[in-house]
Amino acid sequence: MTTIPVLEARGLTRSFGNVRALDGADFDVHAGEVVALIGDNGAGKSTLVKALSGNLSLDSGQILFAGGEVDLGSPSQASSLGIETVYQDLALAPHLNAAQNMFLGREIPKPGLQGRLGFMDNKAMRAKSREAFDDLGATVRSLSDPVGSMSGGQKQAIAIARAVAWAKGVIFLDEPTAALGVVQTKNVLETIRRVRDKGVGVVFISHSMPHVIDVADRVQVLRLGRRVATYEAKKTSVEELVGAMTGALDGAHS
Amino acid sequence: MTTTEAVARTAGTAKETLRTHSLRQALQVQSFQILLVLLVVFLAFAALAPEVFPTWGNVRQIIQNVSILGVLGIGMTFVIVTSGIDLSIGSNLVFSGVVAAKAMQAMGDSGWGTAIVGIVVAVGCGLGWGLLNGVLIAKAKVPPLIVTLGTLGGALGLAQVITGGVDIREVPAVLQDTIGYGNVPGTTLPTISLIAMVLILIFGTVLHRTRFGLYTFAVGSNEESARRVGVKVDRQLISIYALSGGLAGVAGILSLSQYGTTAIAGQSATNLNVIAAVVIGGTSLFGGVGTIFGTVVGLFIPAVLQNGFVIVGIQPFWQQVAVGAVLVLAVYVDQRRRAAAARGHSGKGDGTKKLFGRRTT
Repeated sequence: MTTIPVLEARGLTRSFGNVRALDGADFDVHAGEVVALIGDNGAGKSTLVKALSGNLSLDSGQILFAGGEVDLGSPSQASSLGIETVYQDLALAPHLNAAQNMFLGREIPKPGLQGRLGFMDNKAMRAKSREAFDDLGATVRSLSDPVGSMSGGQKQAIAIARAVAWAKGVIFLDEPTAALGVVQTKNVLETIRRVRDKGVGVVFISHSMPHVIDVADRVQVLRLGRRVATYEAKKTSVEELVGAMTGALDGAHS
Repeated sequence: MTTTEAVARTAGTAKETLRTHSLRQALQVQSFQILLVLLVVFLAFAALAPEVFPTWGNVRQIIQNVSILGVLGIGMTFVIVTSGIDLSIGSNLVFSGVVAAKAMQAMGDSGWGTAIVGIVVAVGCGLGWGLLNGVLIAKAKVPPLIVTLGTLGGALGLAQVITGGVDIREVPAVLQDTIGYGNVPGTTLPTISLIAMVLILIFGTVLHRTRFGLYTFAVGSNEESARRVGVKVDRQLISIYALSGGLAGVAGILSLSQYGTTAIAGQSATNLNVIAAVVIGGTSLFGGVGTIFGTVVGLFIPAVLQNGFVIVGIQPFWQQVAVGAVLVLAVYVDQRRRAAAARGHSGKGDGTKKLFGRRTT
């Protein structure tokens, strides 16, 4: 891939007290590509994702979107660029229903004066949510029950559907399969491929090396807050990835 | 989120079996359970004193007594839905009333011009305290319990400083005659109750139908998730505490009109009575759940008990005992429900932390 990356990070640093969570980290993802981001616990994966989704301010470094430098000061700035994130803890509001979660922060107003007074078009939002869930083959049984009463798989489906529906540029998936069963995991991996085929850049964070090799096009390895290696997923192996993560062997930069 | 809504929805899109499901749902909803309790209490007193209790004159009296608390209950419901608390409303009411009374006293006459100045001053004072609460909670990240405990003392103390601790008893006659004791022209409905009802309808609609209301629930449900999707959480919290304060200002001028005095010492338990009513009405102290309707029902329970005990000749002090028991029972039921919900999945039970220690980000 020789095109300009849709999202690129150069030399990001961020410290929390004495801990350097990011220490000159680089990262890049192209449109229509799945990049797996791996690293041991504390390697800085979550910090990097937070920085790239507008949830964390940086000490230094550059973020480029489609080649132009951007300032991702807030989550809404990131989402206005089409950058969406599915967090490890899903970040749904448990007392709201699926449709409300789907459109939280992006409600469809009713037409005319009612809309300006803050009334929402619940019917349209429910219909579009239903559409989005069906699109992913997600089984969300009820659009009106609070999501807090749903199973982990259903919550996952809602969180992913929400991100996919709004992601036009890049989607980050932080450990999307960690709490899932075999079938649901397969669905998520299938979804990842489908989103990639729509031309969105997918960043997939996982501890599961087989899933990484299965679904990713490229694998980037973080260690101690820095990118230490990039691999073509097809040409690498679990041993090599684990080696690079732990620092047991030095990866070849590409 | 709102119980009535949820029921209506499932019933509307009913796939045959859903109808019984939604009926059961309605019965599980606390504001309906408490409405049943209220009905039972009402019928019991009606049976014990059929000549006096179930008359319009008596019911009117109860409604009038509840009106000011109803205005305060609106703001408190918003606040508690965000998993916050506002202890300062009683003091805020007194402060707003005192400053308004001072302003009206200074103007001298007792016409509508003076009254309107008084209303504006009272609402402005209330808003001011509410904004102060909101900014300290949202921006300075001081827990709401502490912030509003501080402004509780601050507002009451300043009210006493302004008056030297002596109640002001000069209130424009127009306020007392129309708002305080007056009825809606052509009816026997107290004006003060109509004002409360209108406010309840407006803000009930805001809470349950608009984006502002949805964000209120979202902040109480999972503040972090709301922030991540771009909800301006700080601004939402500030607006909600300002709303609570502004309504306390409204209650201040209503109280002034009704009682004809600033009643500085008379509001020391108002905050707790309102909080109890909100909680009895099914609004969860842990945030994310609640209805204005429930709060209104929750306010009527103590009022009906008080009124009924007096009429049937039981010492009215028993009212406090009964309300205490209902309150604990209501929270027990709420806890059971939460525990049952949490058992099914890992849950995001963010529990008690919010009341006492406000967020980490």
